[in-house]
Amino acid sequence: MNDHPINRRRFLTTTAATVAAGGFGFTPSILRAQSPAVKIAFVATLSGPGAALGTHLRDGWLAGVTRLGNQLGGRAVETLVIDDELKPDVAVSKVRAALERDKVDAVVGVVFSNMLQAIVRPVTESNTFLITANAGPSTVAGKGCNPFLFSSAYQNDQPHAAMGQAAQDAGYKRVFVLVPNYQAGKDAVAGFRSRYKGEVVDEIYVPLSQLDFSTEITKIAAAKPDAIFTFMPGALGVNLVRQYRQAGLAGIPFLSTFTVDESTLPAQGDAALDFFTAATWAPNVDNPHSRRFVQEFEAAYGYVPSNFAAHAYDAAHMLDAAIRKTKGDVANKPALRAALESGEFPSVRGALRLGTNHFPIQDFWLCKVAKRPDGKFQTETVRKVLTADTDSYAAACRMG
Amino acid sequence: MSMLLVQALNGLQFGVLLFLVAAGLSLVFGVMDLINLAHGVQYMLGAYVAATLGVWTGSFWLGALLALPVALLVGLALEWLVFRHLYRRDHLSQVLATFGVILTVEEATRALWGSAPQTVLEPTALTGGPLGGVEIVGGLLYPTYRLIIIGVGVVVPLLLWFLVERTRAGMLVRAGATHPAMVAALGVDIRRLFTVVFAFGAMLAGFAGALASPIFPVAPGMGDTVLILCFVVIVIGGVGSIRGAFIAALLVGLLDTIGRAMLPDALRLVLDPSAARQTGAALASMLVYIAMAGILFFRPAGLFPGARA
Repeated sequence: MNDHPINRRRFLTTTAATVAAGGFGFTPSILRAQSPAVKIAFVATLSGPGAALGTHLRDGWLAGVTRLGNQLGGRAVETLVIDDELKPDVAVSKVRAALERDKVDAVVGVVFSNMLQAIVRPVTESNTFLITANAGPSTVAGKGCNPFLFSSAYQNDQPHAAMGQAAQDAGYKRVFVLVPNYQAGKDAVAGFRSRYKGEVVDEIYVPLSQLDFSTEITKIAAAKPDAIFTFMPGALGVNLVRQYRQAGLAGIPFLSTFTVDESTLPAQGDAALDFFTAATWAPNVDNPHSRRFVQEFEAAYGYVPSNFAAHAYDAAHMLDAAIRKTKGDVANKPALRAALESGEFPSVRGALRLGTNHFPIQDFWLCKVAKRPDGKFQTETVRKVLTADTDSYAAACRMG
Repeated sequence: MSMLLVQALNGLQFGVLLFLVAAGLSLVFGVMDLINLAHGVQYMLGAYVAATLGVWTGSFWLGALLALPVALLVGLALEWLVFRHLYRRDHLSQVLATFGVILTVEEATRALWGSAPQTVLEPTALTGGPLGGVEIVGGLLYPTYRLIIIGVGVVVPLLLWFLVERTRAGMLVRAGATHPAMVAALGVDIRRLFTVVFAFGAMLAGFAGALASPIFPVAPGMGDTVLILCFVVIVIGGVGSIRGAFIAALLVGLLDTIGRAMLPDALRLVLDPSAARQTGAALASMLVYIAMAGILFFRPAGLFPGARA
């Protein structure tokens, strides 16, 4: 039923073009005279059920570029926003067009791992840099690592593993696990169990189209676990969180990944209060760079930025710093690659560096949902769970 | 045993929600012979309007109540704009046109409200406090709101039955379904009758959406999943039969819930735990469709074939 490509595609390309034109069409003519603009293709899922995350990712990137004065490394920048529609074939054909027709200098973005897997070959085989601002499947972090692929986010397993460590640290003896029945759900369980050594009372797999969680909630109530661990992205998470609260289970700690974040909190509201998540950053992170990001982002887009937005914002700074190092010469690929590999750029997460597989080596935090004085909801850091964590696939990477 | 009781309640509650959506669909299908794929969109609009008005008025109940006339008006407008021109067309044109309505309304919703799930106020008790839950057995708390839904599921079918079987308007609707030409000849404006039936069906869908909004996420596409299950309900129950829709909705709700609750554990008797979990989960999500196929095999017209079938 979600298959209505033509109308939606047409509608969204128009919207994307409008957004791009509104943001960047009016580059000062002096700059344009100096050198042609750096062209970036920004790929995100902007239609269908995953669109909320794509919006966060895109707005994070746009906020980053705006903060940098619509320049990357001293050169004017032009962003082409591409909606992958969560369809691999669409993603590939649109990205191919951006590479061949528009001759983009880099491809940034990508919310979902299967979209990244679809475009990774076309992009890197044309010797174009690909910076993932969210998706981090194991296939590109280990043996399949690539000189042209960089991540400003994390490897997919890391947040789940961080939550496993948090559960272990908290001394929970019996944890109930509830995830959707697809690959990412199974990866979440594996990631959680890689660091949680206590007993898993039960593992329940629900279909991705699940509407009502009452069956599972009844089972949780009957099992009386010390805590539950869940990974329920998007609308699934809105569902679960509200029904969990309504059933009066909030006394059982709610440990989650990608279930309560700034993209779903407006819909979850009070029901998500004090629920836990694991992340690399939260809007309350206290450093000047991060404070300014949150403030400017909220002023421009009217909502609280999530991890997705933060990682895309960082991607803009990552590219900016690298292009600056090459003195604006984006055609000098070896120099640009070395500059990106240095990992020297201001991040909202504070200092981080890149591992041999081009994925960040960074801290992970246990975060909790809180209500701000202005009535909006955000996640806030509770304690650091992992320090300078390297993903488990980095060791298998042999960079060519 | 107490677990089974609670799970049965869960199933009933889910079935009731399905019935509210399916009833309108079945009514329109049975009386007007119109396949309305856009019914799910009307359910979605009900939820959106209830959510927005709820936040605006500060009370979930007020929002849900106000969503009813809005859903009715939207139904009237859609009937006037689109559906009126489809009654005499074949089913293929109806499917195409109503699918077009889905695309248009969904995109409009996205443009108006954005693609993120909406904020919905929690329903409160009359005292203004939280609704909380009722302890049923063995310390298991059952949310009061869900009990209210089950209550609605008892009242609405009775009301519908009364309307269709015991009132003059209902008599005309029944007559209009089987002998439209004769009813028109007796001086009844059949067109207006159809408009009213359609708008009423839309209102039922909107009501279901409003009722579901505190439980299910209010987001674009929320109507699609429900619509598919509703077609299953209608096919099992028999096209055009309200009674069939009611029984089938409860059947589907119970089957889906009990299947999800029991299958993974039951399979553990024959498979190892991790395989049992995943096969059980996969099998449970197919159960409803398997049941539909089975019922269609033995009773091709459904359990309670309606007037037109």
